[in-house]
Amino acid sequence: MNIDSIQNGIVLDHITAGKALQIYNDLHLDKLDCSVAIIKNVKSEKMGRKDILKIDQDIDINLDVLGYIDPDISVNVIKDGKLIEKRKIELPEKLIGIKKCTNPRCITTTEQGITHIFKLTDREKRIYRCIYCDADK
Amino acid sequence: MRHLIDPMDLSVQEIDHILNLAQDIINNKEKYSEVCKGKKLATLFFEPSTRTRLSFEAAMMELGGNVLGFSSASSSSSTKGESVGDTVKIVSCYADIIAMRHFKEGAPMLASMKSDVPIINAGDGGHNHPTQTLTDLLTIKREKGRLTDMTIGLCGDLMFGRTVHSLIKAMSRYEGIKFVLISPDELKLPEYIRTDVIEKNNIPYEEISSLEDAIGSLDILYMTRVQKERFFNEADYIRLKDTYILDKSKLGLAKPDLSILHPLPRVNEISVEVDDDPRACYFRQALNGKYVRMALIMDLLGLDKDFNAQ
Repeated sequence: MNIDSIQNGIVLDHITAGKALQIYNDLHLDKLDCSVAIIKNVKSEKMGRKDILKIDQDIDINLDVLGYIDPDISVNVIKDGKLIEKRKIELPEKLIGIKKCTNPRCITTTEQGITHIFKLTDREKRIYRCIYCDADK
Repeated sequence: MRHLIDPMDLSVQEIDHILNLAQDIINNKEKYSEVCKGKKLATLFFEPSTRTRLSFEAAMMELGGNVLGFSSASSSSSTKGESVGDTVKIVSCYADIIAMRHFKEGAPMLASMKSDVPIINAGDGGHNHPTQTLTDLLTIKREKGRLTDMTIGLCGDLMFGRTVHSLIKAMSRYEGIKFVLISPDELKLPEYIRTDVIEKNNIPYEEISSLEDAIGSLDILYMTRVQKERFFNEADYIRLKDTYILDKSKLGLAKPDLSILHPLPRVNEISVEVDDDPRACYFRQALNGKYVRMALIMDLLGLDKDFNAQ
């Protein structure tokens, strides 16, 4: 199966198979007017299977979202059909407004307008804890 | 501006300073009787409390300051739907410092982000209770003469017992500490305290379910109540509430210089027959709570420095 190359935009490559839709939702790509291709279960020498997202516009990607979901994703910026930049993804120190705390005892479950914030407490195990209640994510 | 939300907000040096100040207050009460003259403490207690609220209020009064506030959520504007953030913004217009207890975990942290005056966490759900920790540290220091080199047994509800979580965090920074965690399986210490605090600092510990087996090795026994208000299911509470009862026969297995602490209130986990034993420290501990809160209020208001400079 072939999907056309994009001329100007972003290709998210090496997404763990099955996670493309989550990224599509978490980056709010449904709000874009441009074409977005979700390609699932692509054969990959390195990963066996992988997902790819192609966005036909150079948008400001929230790299923290990607870093949290999968820091091994490649972010390729395409201009005039050529790769001009590979943006580096890192595990973010904080997740601000990305995930919600699910601890029913946490103040975030009742206080209106509160921004959910998680801090990275263990880089190796990728553990984030709610700054309010310390519950992990 | 400084707040006290988590016991780890204070460095070991800052804790030493507060404990030393508390000891000086105990030794020279008159000297401190007007330190907070003209200052107001607001006690915002969204959850009922006797000891903590009254000790905060007594502490401020003994420093010559005034107190305002409420003692339950039902007597605050939260019944009208006011947010914690708004309540704190308003109260910080009226008071110089706020002590807050809330049933939701993280409420004092949120308050500290909105307030124009120092916030003291006076207990947030099953999460943290840093001023109880300061109370516990002052008690251990006064009873033992040190905060290092001891085996500390924590017994009862280690899952929801916020005083236990805070004490473990605080004591993990001192040399020569060993923890013995005594609880039923259902009320074991949360994993994040075990991994992020105890194991991360390479502190020796053991988890055990029998108080009789553990008590002989302890220098400190920190008893806790199984808290009914932390259970969603009453059947679980009833099944677990009487798991540990410290009585004279169990105390017979303990060291002669054991110190028994309890954050109080107790229900039946320490038999009243133990109260007269010199190893029972929990009523002295409650008194220490007032003095350490006096020292903390002075510290957060920056009055310790002014006072020392006089």
